[in-house]
Amino acid sequence: MPQVTYVSHDGQRTTLDVPLGTSVMQAATLHGLDGIVAECGGSCMCATCHVYVQEDQIAKCPEMELGEDAMLDGTASPRKPNSRLSCQLVMTPEMEGLVVTMPETQT
Amino acid sequence: MAQGGVVRRVVIVGAGHGGFQVAASLRQHGFDGAVVLIGDEPHLPYQRPPLSKDYLDGKIGFDLLQMRPASFFDEHRIELMSGQAVAAIDRPEKAVALADGKRLAYDHLVLATGARNRVPPLPGIELDGVCYLRDLAETEALKERLAACRNAIVVGAGFIGLEFAAIARGKGVPVQIVELVDRVMARVVCPETSAYFGREHQKTGVEFSFGTSVERIAGAGGKVSHVVLGDGRTLPADLVLISIGVVPNEDLAAAAGLAVANGVVVDEQLLTADLGISAIGDCASFPSRHSLRNPVRLEAVQNATDHARCVASRLVGKPYAYEALPWFWSEQGALRLQIAGLTTGFQQVVLRGDYEKGEYSAFCYAGDKLLGIESINKPADHAFARRLLAAGKSITPTEAADPSFDLRAAAMARPG
Repeated sequence: MPQVTYVSHDGQRTTLDVPLGTSVMQAATLHGLDGIVAECGGSCMCATCHVYVQEDQIAKCPEMELGEDAMLDGTASPRKPNSRLSCQLVMTPEMEGLVVTMPETQT
Repeated sequence: MAQGGVVRRVVIVGAGHGGFQVAASLRQHGFDGAVVLIGDEPHLPYQRPPLSKDYLDGKIGFDLLQMRPASFFDEHRIELMSGQAVAAIDRPEKAVALADGKRLAYDHLVLATGARNRVPPLPGIELDGVCYLRDLAETEALKERLAACRNAIVVGAGFIGLEFAAIARGKGVPVQIVELVDRVMARVVCPETSAYFGREHQKTGVEFSFGTSVERIAGAGGKVSHVVLGDGRTLPADLVLISIGVVPNEDLAAAAGLAVANGVVVDEQLLTADLGISAIGDCASFPSRHSLRNPVRLEAVQNATDHARCVASRLVGKPYAYEALPWFWSEQGALRLQIAGLTTGFQQVVLRGDYEKGEYSAFCYAGDKLLGIESINKPADHAFARRLLAAGKSITPTEAADPSFDLRAAAMARPG
């Protein structure tokens, strides 16, 4: 099963199995990871599942849709070029080994 | 602390979005005392919004509804008491009595009791086949019935009724919606948006009876068979969804002598007149900065969780007045509605975008004051609307109507 590593704001690393078709957000909340809030439950409505994708892995992720792009302008922590909403990062085989860093705050 | 001594023991009544968030936020703030979270449902705390969407549709299971796994509550020393009802609050003794007779002392009590379905006093309401869609058990029952349903009647054309209708139509089930007033979502959106949504639902085969009451629900052998309307028509039905809104669970507070008026009355810090008791979320009536400080009671995840954070912060000695911008959303099939702000009392609506195509925003004004923005399949507008309104900024009706006006720039500009 593909794995994703989550790096907390203070540098703690947690690696989780993320089944294909499951989002990076879903896996995180399912495991009770602090750092991803996902207030809307994964509908791309709230911008509280913000992550920074490791720069050299951005191309492996699904392309960003307009809605996500817009919601990223409303995140609590600064938006960077590698910002994504993890509810929109649905696991594909190419994303194996993905590393995402969680921002200082989601709300 | 100013609120009657040091808080060492917080008891939270209600384990929905608000109650759960109080517990989680207290620990995030480093609160070291006891946290007791009491919920009357037998499950781990779960997300409600997907119930009427992906969960009813069978796209996700309960594992993806859970707020957090069971281990989270142990690790964070949150004493979760599931399947427990609170019977009374003993304010002089600072304790709650559970339905099973047990008593729990508190230093601070948070009422996050939510709301319950509004049940109309209709003949036949008790018949098998009359359904609701608010909690997990109701959704399970509805889902099972929907799978074998031949004719669904929905009473009430609000968010829940319309979200259900979209899923039922997706499964090929005939749906008739009976609504007392003359348009869908009349309580929350402008007439233009009602018209757009009504039309789109009709295109997928939903039938509407507007301006129509339900006289009674008729049955055979204890099961629903027909719905009799106020205009005399009789519609066949094997499933009747009652979706005419909710009423706040304020009885506990009222019985304890706290003020209630369409919800438990709290101040701008979400405190009741008893400094040892707060109320949050769907059950709380609070003065909102976004409604000219008039008391409002909102039924929304955002409201519940932002209330929760405000209370948790106060309990760890960092109080602030609650000012968060209200926002709401609904997904009805392919239609996505997002609302920022409180539009009640609007006098003027300015449409921006492509209304016919269904990618637009409705800017709602009272005079020159921008109250709120409804965005239909236009998430970018919604993101900017939230920024704009949260910062207390506005744009004029003329600017809103001008397609060349840069909404993004206005929203992202520094305050002032």
